Amino acid sequence: MTAFDLPAWAAIPAGLLLMFGGLLVVIGSFGLLRMPNFYARMHPPTMGTTLGTGCVLIASMLVSSAVAGRPVLHELLITLFVVMTTPVSAITLMAAAIARTARRAPDG
Amino acid sequence: MNAFFSFAVTFATLCVGMAMLLAAVRLFRGPSAQDRVLAFDAFYINGMLILLMQAIRTRSPAYFDIALLIALFGFVGTFALARFLLRREVIEP
Repeated sequence: MTAFDLPAWAAIPAGLLLMFGGLLVVIGSFGLLRMPNFYARMHPPTMGTTLGTGCVLIASMLVSSAVAGRPVLHELLITLFVVMTTPVSAITLMAAAIARTARRAPDG
Repeated sequence: MNAFFSFAVTFATLCVGMAMLLAAVRLFRGPSAQDRVLAFDAFYINGMLILLMQAIRTRSPAYFDIALLIALFGFVGTFALARFLLRREVIEP
């Protein structure tokens, strides 16, 4: 594939983490499609956005560290940003759903 | 060794691509507006993950800045949409 062969200490954990993260993401999106109502649909994609993104970013750190020959940590920036912003948008979206439901049926 | 790793990258990319497709179905079909915003949130996160997998496949560091920008602007978009659904305006006077 490329001229550079990855060493085994990076290739095996990174491959396993990538496969695990991809499976988590696809299960989360399948749950997003299959769950019955909005409040149940909030839950499954968070599995992909937290654990799936974490797995892929750790695999990416392993691979780029092995390629560069020194520890490369600037994927931590994306991890930090995603971990900080996902709950904010989830809370705002949930409050919006509650407000919209209350607006539509005032006594319900 | 490298065969296993390239298989893993291809498998993960196909999985996340299918996840993007499922999120797009929910984005088009979602009964209410907040369903669509939630599907958009999952959609841009999946796009960022596909970009990171391209970075792993090509071993090029240029993709990380693009992934960071996608995360930033996707959050801004989701937050603005949710805020609009909550208050009917994005920035309160």
